[in-house]
Amino acid sequence: MSTKENPAEIAIIGSGPAGYTAGVYAARAQLNPLLFEGAVTAGGALMNTTEVENFPGFETGIMGPQLMQQMRAQAERFGTEFVTDDVVYADLKSPIKHLKDDRGNEYFAKAVILAMGSGYRELGVPGEKELSGHGVSWCATCDGFFFRNQTIAVVGGGDSAVEEATFLTRFADKVYLIHRRDSLRASKIMQTRAEADPKIEFIWNTEVTEAVGKDGKLAELKTHNLVTGENSTLAVTGLFIAIGHDPRNELVKGQVDLDDAGYVLVKPGSTATNLPGVFACGDLVDHTYRQAITAAGTGCAAALDAERWISHN
Amino acid sequence: MAAIKTFTDATFAAEIAASTVPLLVDFWAEWCGPCKQIAPILEEIAGETDGKLQIVKLNIDENPAAAQNAGITSIPTMNVYVGGKVVKQIIGAKPKQAMLAELAEFIQ
Repeated sequence: MSTKENPAEIAIIGSGPAGYTAGVYAARAQLNPLLFEGAVTAGGALMNTTEVENFPGFETGIMGPQLMQQMRAQAERFGTEFVTDDVVYADLKSPIKHLKDDRGNEYFAKAVILAMGSGYRELGVPGEKELSGHGVSWCATCDGFFFRNQTIAVVGGGDSAVEEATFLTRFADKVYLIHRRDSLRASKIMQTRAEADPKIEFIWNTEVTEAVGKDGKLAELKTHNLVTGENSTLAVTGLFIAIGHDPRNELVKGQVDLDDAGYVLVKPGSTATNLPGVFACGDLVDHTYRQAITAAGTGCAAALDAERWISHN
Repeated sequence: MAAIKTFTDATFAAEIAASTVPLLVDFWAEWCGPCKQIAPILEEIAGETDGKLQIVKLNIDENPAAAQNAGITSIPTMNVYVGGKVVKQIIGAKPKQAMLAELAEFIQ
């Protein structure tokens, strides 16, 4: 346990590839990092994925949760100390940083690495919240099972939307992939796979405007075609939302500088924020690449930057 | 720490009807990441309720009928039963303090 008089060298907030990699590096540098991995989000976004095929070193792919478990074990092996709780308060401006977790425990550290990643973006349409868990879902791997032999829809056009659509064909009879544009942002290999899948039907240039329930369960979607202006309905029992992510900056908003989209700003070529001793990495700073490997890369950089900063201060 | 009991298709209906205290049933599966994250939190809560709330688990893979009858379409779902009826439904993993707030009416 850290105190104000005897603070930890480094606290790392977040446990995706960025946070765990920062943990590996900081622990190997003998900095005994304290890593806050979240009460119910430990392992980060990859915990809700299936096969990860593009993480280097895993020739035949690896399951997302397995990859995160191994990263955690690797960080633990070198002495990372884990707090399986959320940080609910952070004073990052003082020379010694002060953190509190959800259970009320207090922590102090000389340097803090921010790696909170991003959270699911909501559609913001009527019915979405009310039917959440009753047909509307953000997690295909959790909920796909319940849509065996049914007709469902995925909304989104990036890798996660296409991955979810492809995964859901294991259960569903038919998967509509609804996208606002006339082409996908997803990587070519995933597109090709989805296009070849007879269970997937693309609905282009279309927005979902309402989720309509019947007897407390999702029954249909109201949609709007952005090109023709036509409004339609689509009978589905499941809607999986994969329209992107927003940076999880709530904890540090007002202390560290953010850009217009809410991402934490870092000095070019570095992971340093505007506050001395506070570094940021992973999807929290990255609206361009957003890959497990780029998050791991900047997590490594943040640990090295923090290590250098500590040795000079 | 109180051990968390396991319900099955065979016992589910009788158990929820017979319970004399509010009963939280955690519908979960092995392949569900958030289910694994909420599990230790439920164990902690189970050890702190002084018997006011009983917490049990139901594996939906092994017991599909009970999950289907309960209309579960997302896991983890935690239903609280009183007198055999669902009086509260919590969908998705939440941190401990949020869970305690959701369950306050049963454990205070």
